[in-house]
Amino acid sequence: MAEGFVLDRTSFAYGVKQAVSNVSLQLSPGKLYGLVGPNGCGKSTLLDLLIANREPQTGTVRYQGRSLNGFSRRDLAREVALVPQDFGISFAFTVLEVVLMGRHPYIPRFGAPTAEDYQRATMAMDELGIGGFKDRYVPELSGGEKQRVVVARALAQDTRVLLLDEATSNLDIQHTLEIFQVCRKRVAEEGRTVVAVVHNLDLAAAYCDELVFMKDGAIHCAGPKDEVLTAENIRAVFGVEARVEFDDFCGASQVSFKY
Amino acid sequence: MRAHQGSERFVVIAILLLVTAIGAVVIATGMGYIEISALEVLRIIAARLSGSESLLNGLDPVWPMVVMDVRLPRILTAVIVGGGLAVSGTIFQGILLNPLADPYTLGISAGAAFGAALALLADIAFLGSYSVPIFAFAGAVGTLIVVLHLSSFDGQMSANTLILSGVIVGAILAAGLSFIKYMADEQVAVIIFWLMGSFASKTWPEVWLVFWCVLAGVGVAIYYGRDLNIMSLGQRSSDSLGVDTARVRKILLVTASLLAAACVSVSGIIGFIGLIVPHLMRFLVGPDNRKLLLVSMLAGAVLLLAADTLSRAVLPAEVPVGVLTALIGGPFFCYIFRKRQMGVGRG
Repeated sequence: MAEGFVLDRTSFAYGVKQAVSNVSLQLSPGKLYGLVGPNGCGKSTLLDLLIANREPQTGTVRYQGRSLNGFSRRDLAREVALVPQDFGISFAFTVLEVVLMGRHPYIPRFGAPTAEDYQRATMAMDELGIGGFKDRYVPELSGGEKQRVVVARALAQDTRVLLLDEATSNLDIQHTLEIFQVCRKRVAEEGRTVVAVVHNLDLAAAYCDELVFMKDGAIHCAGPKDEVLTAENIRAVFGVEARVEFDDFCGASQVSFKY
Repeated sequence: MRAHQGSERFVVIAILLLVTAIGAVVIATGMGYIEISALEVLRIIAARLSGSESLLNGLDPVWPMVVMDVRLPRILTAVIVGGGLAVSGTIFQGILLNPLADPYTLGISAGAAFGAALALLADIAFLGSYSVPIFAFAGAVGTLIVVLHLSSFDGQMSANTLILSGVIVGAILAAGLSFIKYMADEQVAVIIFWLMGSFASKTWPEVWLVFWCVLAGVGVAIYYGRDLNIMSLGQRSSDSLGVDTARVRKILLVTASLLAAACVSVSGIIGFIGLIVPHLMRFLVGPDNRKLLLVSMLAGAVLLLAADTLSRAVLPAEVPVGVLTALIGGPFFCYIFRKRQMGVGRG
């Protein structure tokens, strides 16, 4: 049985605009994948296909050997969590209430959250350092705080796969590193899978195991980061001149650009 | 306020509202041209429920008729319609993620008004006294179908498309209504009176009809209460948390609209209850829809009964209850709108 996700010649179009075209890809447990590429190249749509928010028009998406069609929404929500790009919340729920929503797929319709649900929520909040304001109302928080709340909600969901759609775009460097370290830990110690859309190539080089370069809806190249993070690939996908060098201080390859 | 909106607070508020609602029904039934004390009202109701006529000893023989056949049907209709409109408004605000939405956002009121006016203009009577309510209901449902059809072209029914479709269809129907009024000559007074909402001369069959409709609507709403909470995170998130957002949204839209349609067809168009009550209750119990739906229902019932009783038994002349709720609700709405702009509070 194939573990993780297998995409086989998967395509999706919004009307006539091809967003994901003919993508074949395997995403295995115990790895942190970085999804990189220019704006509008289909990264978010690819995540939507993985979480069955969109259905592929051709090709298949399989998880644990089964087509995603075979999963109920609730079952899939116990396997895959998503941190979306936009995370507005319209009503004044508290931080704790929102993080507890991550437990929704586990709580029976007329049931109340159990001790375990509260414990998972508390652990997630502590990991992201937001336990101190669990009773504050989410609409009153700053953009960065809200983003950590949404990540905590996804962690509380306790899934084998975590999808991050630019989850650190509003965060300062300290909290950005914190989120990647939390992900790294879950991947290394618990064998979970993380697929993160990352714009910062240095971060991708530092934290990801594998990188997937996307361009115009198709995969330009994919593989271990040391093999695919090259000046040639960056030029081909982003159209900019770059230099990739191993940096002893960071302990990872770093990218510098010609301005 | 800031202390977590725990279950205790909710239970206290819910019980207070329930007691107030029951008390208000008894007191309001005693009020009017013939004053009857609360105790005597209870005796009359008990006598009718238990069938023991001995409880009526010593009471004016007209009173049981006044209480059971004249006042209670009107009062209970007001209570049920108030609860139904408030629940409908709560659902609309939750689905459209817009605290300014109300039961009439999708043009339900315009459709009902058009249907009722048509029945009144043509003097349609083949359905007896139910002609106007049935036409109003049909108008509301027809509007709902058109609005849903208009806004479902992208398969997602986003809040903006829904609201816009409601505005467009509502505007067309409003023009149609104006034309009917223009055509109506001396009938125009009857049409205007219906539009402004009234609970006068309601009967038991109407009470039961609207009761079952509202009960079913509230049941569906509470069944999906937690999904509605999750949906306030936005569709991508709620889908990823296991909620079939598109389906639940459609079910709840239809439920809330039918709820509003049933209420409007027995009472005419009564505004502001469905807008203000959910707001007010969100301040008190927070945004959790499972609690919000329940307390909104109770508060809507109390408020509309209070407004109707004011109009019926306190003011020197009967003011249409729809006018009264708008007169009281309008300034209050300005207040919350202002408060929202200043960005304070949990509403």
